[in-house]
Amino acid sequence: MNGGQDLGGTHGHGPVLAELNEPVFHTEWEKRAFALTLAASAPGQWNIDMSRFARENRPPAEYLSMSYYQIWFAALEAMLKERGLISDDEIDAGRSLHPPKPVPRTLSPGDVAQVLYRGGPTERETNTAARFKAGDKVRAKNINPVTHTRLPRYVRGHTGNIERVIGCHVFPDSNALGTGENPQWLYTVRFGGRELWGADTDLTVSVSVDAWEPYLELA
Amino acid sequence: MSGHDHHHDHDHSELSETQLRVRALETVLTEKGYVDPAALDLLIETYEKKVGPRNGARVVARAWADPAYRARLFKDATPAIAELGYAGRQGEHIVALENTPKRHNMVVCTLCSCYPWPVLGLPPVWYKSAPYRSRAVADPRGVLADFEVTLPKDTEIRVWDSTAEIRYLVIPMRPAGTDGWSEDKLADLVTRDSMIGTGLPKQPKDLK
Repeated sequence: MNGGQDLGGTHGHGPVLAELNEPVFHTEWEKRAFALTLAASAPGQWNIDMSRFARENRPPAEYLSMSYYQIWFAALEAMLKERGLISDDEIDAGRSLHPPKPVPRTLSPGDVAQVLYRGGPTERETNTAARFKAGDKVRAKNINPVTHTRLPRYVRGHTGNIERVIGCHVFPDSNALGTGENPQWLYTVRFGGRELWGADTDLTVSVSVDAWEPYLELA
Repeated sequence: MSGHDHHHDHDHSELSETQLRVRALETVLTEKGYVDPAALDLLIETYEKKVGPRNGARVVARAWADPAYRARLFKDATPAIAELGYAGRQGEHIVALENTPKRHNMVVCTLCSCYPWPVLGLPPVWYKSAPYRSRAVADPRGVLADFEVTLPKDTEIRVWDSTAEIRYLVIPMRPAGTDGWSEDKLADLVTRDSMIGTGLPKQPKDLK
């Protein structure tokens, strides 16, 4: 979606302000919101692409005015409600008012280290051959889905070169919709700064994105 | 009440509202048996105490000290990093990027906040913020200036937008005057920002 999350090349946000000796979390609620988000994915059974869409799928003004953990928390509440795991009256009451739904699994303390160490690899076996090879000139398609995609607006319609054939990976555009992993070849595509930003751009700059095959066409 | 006080109260109540809401959700999820608060404590402890940029610094220090390791790291970083025990969530597929006198690498996630957790921990606020995500791809030298870093005009700058599940770790150049240093001492030179590409490693004179 062309939402508030797609920030590359937008103006007016001001300088980057780094905090000296920044703590990992700034408040107690940030800690709990972070941990709840990780732990609730076990009973929630959503995937990372559904989570990302739940975070970005809000009015841009709202997205830009919320802190990152506020966005995470809002998405967590929304996904839990969508799946009928909690309801508004329970959040208002601050306690469970309805019987729990059966869930396939939960995260036990004994599993935390193993679950984190295992992670969620997205590379998949494939019988198909990659359509592009390193060095090929490609164009990022001009697509504007209202659903989740990982092709940022600033590269759409622009030409670049395949820098690396990464492998076959879960396709987020399908995975976010719950229509399956639909693995696709993934490439690192490098674009010249002038191609993206115009003739005034510093010649020494280039930018790459990692793009799935359906995002690309031969140029 | 002055305008200033009013503003302060307003911020304060908003913060409390979020705090109360998070607490309410934790209670509901716990009562329903969906989450175990002890697992939440462990998750927080992991990223506050165990997983952070010191992990990445050890990877960089080894790459500086051990040419065979360096070769493995640039060939396939994920198993090379796992040799040091770092792997998993948000670092399932890692690529190491080599800074050279001619080329500087900088990593961003314009679409959210993708970051190599096992080696750098959780991202700082600025990495997740609109100013960084908007400008890193369009004006990387301007962003470097915000970090008080100036590179030679002819240095190539490669920006890597983490749009998939590949996570990037910048391997900065080893500072001069560190011949014969132990990996522990070398790791003290490696800053978080130098592994994102918004900073450079410390110099020997910076260590007391």
